[in-house]
Parts: sequence; C-alpha cells; structure tokens
Amino acid sequence: MKILAFDTATELCSAALWLDGEILSRSEMAGNRHSELLLPMITDLLQQAGLVLGQLDGIAFGKGPGSFTGLRIGCGVAQGLALGAELPVVGVVTLESLAISAGVDKALVCLDARMNEVYSAAYVRQGDGLVCLLPPGVYKPDQIPLPDDGGWLGCGSGFASYRDSLTSRCGHRLAGMQPDIHPHASAVARLAAPMFQAGLGQPADRAEPLYVRDKVALKTCER
Amino acid sequence: MKVLGIESSCDETGIALYDTERGLLAHALHSQVAMHAEYGGVVPELASRDHIRRALPLTRKVLAEAGCTLKDIDGIAYTQGPGLAGALLVGASIASGLGVALNLPVVGVHHLEGHLLSPLLADPRPEFPFVALLVSGGHTQLMRVAGVGDYEMMGETLDDAAGEAFDKTAQLLGLGYPGGPAVAKLAASGDAHKYKLPRPMLNSGDLDFSFSGLKTAVLNLKNRAGPDACADIAAGFQLAAVDVLAGKSLAALKQTGMNRLVVAGGVGANQLLRDRLNAEASRRGFQVFYPPLALCTDNGAMIAFAGAMRFAHAAPADGRFGIRPRWDLSELRAPA
Repeated sequence: MKILAFDTATELCSAALWLDGEILSRSEMAGNRHSELLLPMITDLLQQAGLVLGQLDGIAFGKGPGSFTGLRIGCGVAQGLALGAELPVVGVVTLESLAISAGVDKALVCLDARMNEVYSAAYVRQGDGLVCLLPPGVYKPDQIPLPDDGGWLGCGSGFASYRDSLTSRCGHRLAGMQPDIHPHASAVARLAAPMFQAGLGQPADRAEPLYVRDKVALKTCER
Repeated sequence: MKVLGIESSCDETGIALYDTERGLLAHALHSQVAMHAEYGGVVPELASRDHIRRALPLTRKVLAEAGCTLKDIDGIAYTQGPGLAGALLVGASIASGLGVALNLPVVGVHHLEGHLLSPLLADPRPEFPFVALLVSGGHTQLMRVAGVGDYEMMGETLDDAAGEAFDKTAQLLGLGYPGGPAVAKLAASGDAHKYKLPRPMLNSGDLDFSFSGLKTAVLNLKNRAGPDACADIAAGFQLAAVDVLAGKSLAALKQTGMNRLVVAGGVGANQLLRDRLNAEASRRGFQVFYPPLALCTDNGAMIAFAGAMRFAHAAPADGRFGIRPRWDLSELRAPA
C-alpha cells in the first residue's frame, strides 16, 4: 500500500510517503508559510520515490484540531489532490499523530489552542495503534479532564505555553513532558495505513477539518 | 482552452468553467447570506468553514452541467485577493492541489479584475477602452480601463463603499442583510422626494465618493421621522446614492472623453441605477454595459474569464501558492 500523508495543523509543515511500511518524509518549521512549502514538499517526495499521484492508494491529512488556517490549507490541498488524482482520503486526528510522534505508551496530549485554552486528549498505545482514553476537547489548562492513574507523558505545545497550570492540574499523574514535539506526517501515515486497509477512505468532497472549537461567533440574538 | 474558476474571497463560493472558444460553459454558486444573516454580517471564520464544504460539490456540479470531465480542463484560476484571508486560502489550496494533481497551470486572479471584466461575458460586450464603475459592498471605484491589466484609478470612496451604505441603511431601517435588494424593495413603495437627503461630494470637482455622511443622515432622519417613514427614507436614500454614482460616472466619461461605461459589482444590479444610466446613455449618446444579472455579485465565472485572459504564457503549477488579502488593482500589469 502506498499513501501520501501531510500535516499542517501546527507551525511544523510535514509530508510523508508510506511505501508498504517504509517511510520517506520531509518537514520544516513553517511559521505561516505552509502554502509555499507544502505542495513543493509533496512533489519532491514523489519525485524521490519515482512515483506519480495516480500510483498511490490514498491521501491522508492531519485534520485537526490545530490552527484553523493550517487545517484548511491541509484539507484544501488534500481535496484538490484527491479530486484530481481520483484517490480516497482519510483525515487523521492531530492529537493522535502527536501521541504517535512522541513514541510513548501513555500520552496526555495538550496542543496550544490560543485564547488561554488547549486541545487535549489522552491515548494509550496498544500494539501498533492507539486507544483513545479521553477524547479530544478544548479546555482551560486548569480544567482538562484527567486520567486516574500515573505514568503519563505530557506532550505538545500546551505544556510549553501553559506549563505551570498544566503541571499543577496534572500533579503526580505526569511522569515527564515533551512540550517541543509536533504532530508529524510520518505519524499521520502510520495511523492512516490501517484506516485505508479497513476501507475507511472517503471521496475528496468528504474531507473536512476537525475544529473542536465550534463556537466562533455570537449570533445577533445571543449578544 | 477551458479554464476552471474558483471564487472564495468573501461569502459566496463560486465555481465556473469558461471556454475561450465557446464562452461560459457552466457556473454554480453557493451564497452564505442566510448563514451570516443570523450574525448581522459576515463572520470570516464561518465563511472559510463553509467554503471548504461547498467547493468540491459545486465543482462536480459545474463539470456535469458542462458535460466535461477534469481531463478537459486546460487551466485553473482562483481568486488570490483582495478579500478575507482564510476564505481566500480555501480556494487557493484547492486550486493548487488540483493543479498539481492534473499537471495544469494555475493562476491567481485579482477579484476586482474579475468584476471589471465581467461585462465582457455579456452580449453585446464592450470594446476597450472604457470607464468602469465598480460598486459593491467592499468597493466603490471609477477606473479607466485601456485593456486587460491596464487600469488607472480615477476616483474611489474615501470611507464606506456604496454597497456598505445600502447594508447599513437596511440595518437602520430594520431590514435584513444584504441590504441592497431589501432597501430597493422597500423604496418601491416610498416617495423618494419626501425627504431631501445629502448627495455627498457630488460637486466636489473630483471623482471620489463618500457615503458615511449619507448613512448618518439616514440615522438622524429615522430618529426624527419615526418608523412610519421607513419606505420614504429608503426611497430618498436610494435616489441620493444613485444621483451620486450616476453623476460621478458621467463626470468620468466627460473627463476621459470616452463613450463607453461599464458597471460591475453587486450594486450594479440595482434597477434604479440601471434605469438612470440607461436614460443618460440614450440622452447623451454613450453606451453602458453590465454583466449578466446573475454575474453581478461574486461568482466563479468572472474569475475563470479573467484567468483565461492571463493563461497564454502560464507554466504548469509548481504548487507554491499565496494569497493577497490587500491588493491594489492598479498594481496589475497587462499579460506579457
């Protein structure tokens, strides 16, 4: 199975090719230059592997949560590529990719969501995959849901931006922290491969970001 | 050559397929007006979220209506700016991804160039050069247009756009959003001469506009005259706005010595404005051109068309894309 994967949910812009278990990847700290970097990264990778899009089995993108603009660049590019190459698409939850990127057994993920909030979830590794213990949500750092036991690695930019509130909230449950780790396309590819195998690929039109933060404005009657 | 056009700069998702030989093959539009109405105006984040849901289904619809497949497309044009950054990025990413997948050239189009050239999609179509009055919710400008990409700004609004004045007047009169059609409808049952509203800058001697004072005058009048006067106020406002837009357009024709006027943008759909300009045209012996009525507001057809004018020397996409939320029309150059 051959898959193209990419992630643009954070300031790290990354792309990867999954070639029957082998991974080729590229990444760059992009700031807000994802639109300049992403597609050239993808064409580079394809060239290196001597492949064209039509030879792939699917396209996977990091669907969120994360920067709204970043998510839409990734989703829009996935839609355009998949429409043009007639390939199925899967969206992978950013917080899961982050947990895979961290490479630990128990990941408590907190991604900075700005506005004094984090996107938070908890995953336990099981075999090659993950079990979701606490589903993705957006919370104040001192109000994130917590697992009962200890031995968790705190992963993601939330632990850099809200270090004090999160460490005091998590207390003894935290065994350590990796605040500098980002979701990477390699992890998106690893998570997407079994999804494509299970027939979860969808038509390009169905590719949608997962924003988690859904209330973004007040209606006139709510003001 | 067949060009797919993608417009997503504000609150309409527009997709179209234009053929340089056969003309417009198909176009489809999804307006977000109803969604934003509950918020009293366009919410940029919600606009972006809607564009990314609509663009592909509309693309499939347009291809089906045109009897074409993706393989028939020779180039892709998207609105690069000006507009809402997040909304523009949706069209830009989809266009660029599609361009890479199909190995096609991709061009970013200036939204106002799209409007400016949209009367060329009508029959009869104007010859260059002409004077263009661009009137929408975001813009009020008079341009001298010598050819594709050869634009000179002659005057513009110093504050509110004309369409914005319609929207704000509608709001003050308790009407819905968007205000243009709502004000025009109410005005039909009012007496336009009952209240005398100002004609800002009509005799300023230049080609600039100002509409914020007119809006304030509406507010004061509404407070003084009470709710029963709404239809008369709407009619008085519409007449004042049309007097100014028509007066400045005539002055621009006189100043340039040209005898062709092109009216583009959403306010160009206003019937009173059209009646006035048509009457002046037959009286003074100039020609006035409008886009087809369906293409007055934002749409994909004008982007496909403006893109087609710029494709001659375009190379296949390298995949890099960028948007220009602020972009002055006079920065454009004629295609090489």
